[in-house]
Amino acid sequence: MWLSYLEKLLQAFPFFLKGLWMTVAVSGLSLVGGTLLGFAAGIVRASRVRILGSILFAYVDFMRGTPFLVQVFIIFFILPEWGLHLSAFKAAVLSLTLYAAAYICEIVYGGIAAVPSGQMEAAKASGLTWVQRMRYVILPQAMKTILPPLVGQYVLLIKDSSVVSVIGVTDVTRVGWFTVQRIPEGLMVFGLVGLLYFAVCYPLIRLSNALEKKMRAEEPGGL
Amino acid sequence: MLEAFNFRVLADYLPLFLKGLWATVWISAVSLVGALAAGIVACGGRISRFPFLSRCAGAYIEAIRSTPLLAQIYFLYFGLPTLGFRLPEYQTGILALSLNSGAYMAEIIRAGVLSVSRGQIEAGMAFGLSYLQRMRYIVLPQALGMTIPPLLGQAIVLVKDSALLSLISVFELTRAGQIITSERFMPAEGFFTTAVLYLTVYYALKAFSTWWQKRLIYIQPA
Repeated sequence: MWLSYLEKLLQAFPFFLKGLWMTVAVSGLSLVGGTLLGFAAGIVRASRVRILGSILFAYVDFMRGTPFLVQVFIIFFILPEWGLHLSAFKAAVLSLTLYAAAYICEIVYGGIAAVPSGQMEAAKASGLTWVQRMRYVILPQAMKTILPPLVGQYVLLIKDSSVVSVIGVTDVTRVGWFTVQRIPEGLMVFGLVGLLYFAVCYPLIRLSNALEKKMRAEEPGGL
Repeated sequence: MLEAFNFRVLADYLPLFLKGLWATVWISAVSLVGALAAGIVACGGRISRFPFLSRCAGAYIEAIRSTPLLAQIYFLYFGLPTLGFRLPEYQTGILALSLNSGAYMAEIIRAGVLSVSRGQIEAGMAFGLSYLQRMRYIVLPQALGMTIPPLLGQAIVLVKDSALLSLISVFELTRAGQIITSERFMPAEGFFTTAVLYLTVYYALKAFSTWWQKRLIYIQPA
């Protein structure tokens, strides 16, 4: 009995790999989108334009205060009512991008705020424009603070991408959900699903930890 | 778009939403207690001197942290019956949430315990306090104060994560939004109301966390 299920599961393995590819595609696209959007938002938030800052603050609070599942439902079910029809895949990428951007905005803002204010003043005194100050003075230093939590955020993004399976994106979680209807061995099926996520996430977690350690080691001798 | 927002239907469904909010709150509260218990046990294992215990706790923490909560919920929901455990959905959900959050709690508590300086533990040893006494009277009271803000952060995550239980047909806040969507086909009314109610819980917890942090600075001048 048990062995026959295992055999069936092995036969279904290519579907799991397809699902994994979908997970990687959805999270990869939103990772790029979320990083770009998040960096832009974080820099704007740090630039002290009051109105933009409060709008971004409200946006970040909304994204952090509501479950991602509710955000996915809002984008997938409510946008069509307003005339914007998105396929499940596009809705998934859009919601993940907006979600990740909010968290990355906070990470970038925090990183920029951690750069000593003397740096900004010195750059100003050297006659650099605002863009130059950001590009050559602030961001390169802020990156050290930003990088470890940023990689940690990518791990969260990949894990949260499992939620988009509920609107019909055939990622690993959804493949597992389909498979468990035919192979009633929940532990085995979702054990495999977990293993596939683990294979993607664990190296990234290790990378994030290593980056953090490296940053800490550089701190006392650095600035 | 706002004129299309049907407040009358909302009024009809308000009791349902409040019931959902209450379910979300108590499910999160019970899971929080479970997560604290799991977290303390896992943290104790992680920092113990026995390599076997430390490895087991480490494996648990890493396994939870590198897999999605939804996969863990399905793992228990579809997996427990094959082992012969038939639990009601909400119990499976609470178990999954507790185990998931417990792994993150363990790391938070560990950071708190390690933040208590070595000299204090040695002083406790010099007084002839046993391991349990040192933990009870020296380490934990200080570690707890330090860990309250990140623990509250984790509580916020827990409340939001409990939304996933709606997918294994546990009745809670998100489920209420799904019900109004399927019965009246009004997703905007359903999910925006859901979002606003989640936001109230979020702001309440956030305010409490800010208040506590101010208090903490007051107690322990840097």
